[in-house]
Amino acid sequence: MKTKHLIISMTFVVLFTIFVFISSQINFVPGQEISNNALDFLSNIIKVFPGVFILIGLFEVWIKASTIEKHFGKESGIKGYIMAIILASTTIGGLFVSFPVAYSLYHKGAKLSAIFTYISASAVCRVPMTIFEISFIGVKFTLVRFFVSLPLIVISSKLLGDHLEKQNYSLALGK
Amino acid sequence: MIKIFYAIVLILSLGSLIVNKNKTKQAYKIAIQKLLNILPSLLLMVILVSVVLYFTPDKTIVNLLGKNNQFLGVVLGLFFGSITLMPGFIAFPLAGILLEKGVLYMVLSAFTSSLMLVGILTYPIEKDYFGAKVTIMRNSISLVITVIIALATGLAFGELF
Repeated sequence: MKTKHLIISMTFVVLFTIFVFISSQINFVPGQEISNNALDFLSNIIKVFPGVFILIGLFEVWIKASTIEKHFGKESGIKGYIMAIILASTTIGGLFVSFPVAYSLYHKGAKLSAIFTYISASAVCRVPMTIFEISFIGVKFTLVRFFVSLPLIVISSKLLGDHLEKQNYSLALGK
Repeated sequence: MIKIFYAIVLILSLGSLIVNKNKTKQAYKIAIQKLLNILPSLLLMVILVSVVLYFTPDKTIVNLLGKNNQFLGVVLGLFFGSITLMPGFIAFPLAGILLEKGVLYMVLSAFTSSLMLVGILTYPIEKDYFGAKVTIMRNSISLVITVIIALATGLAFGELF
């Protein structure tokens, strides 16, 4: 399963690289624009990801599971959701940065509903992004988003988390 | 922003190194291993993003969101927000341009909220960590939440009635 997935991904990467190379040789403009997009996005990722994964590594070796269980675990109640939102507000990047962080939190004992809250909250209330949003669209717009989305995120995360836990869902290991 | 982030990473790494060299080494090993594990899906996402962005340039988005009535605008905002992926420092200036062109707040809300909450292009990565079923469920719920946020924005700015 894992190797199959790897082969599919790598086939796409190889085909894409060939496409980019040929486009540059024959001056195929759409191909060149696509490769510029890819390089732009890749450079954004290269800037953020190493730092994110170093922090995850430090988190995994230093933070005790009991600490995470206490603040984000099944017994944490409503505090678990508040902690998840506070942690989310400090996240940088986008959704794709919050996935590996949420995954590590889960394996340290966070409840499913807390990590779903963290993922969605990191999409809507990252501090740097919010400052940017206010300056371009206005504070009222941002406030509406916050007050409507955060309760919905917590409620839906709780429903989804409880539903999955009833079905004995657990995340795969080793990612 | 990114400088502050790496300053924090550096300070924490040095602190960790001073307290325990072996643990720090192990942390970096975990970091590299995890990065390698996700790399194939990450590259797949880069390819998807680069192709989709080519077919949905900013100009197209500005034109389509600017010219339609409120409900079609919201639907198109949801559509473009869901299928594309862009960092906040590109998305919000774009939203600023749309606002100047007279695009409704509720359309902007549908666009920016789905851009952040719904990730079709991040599917390969999300699926790696959480499985296909959960990924589809989370994104469907996020889409519903986005619609509610857009409607609430329309109400708050008096664009609905």
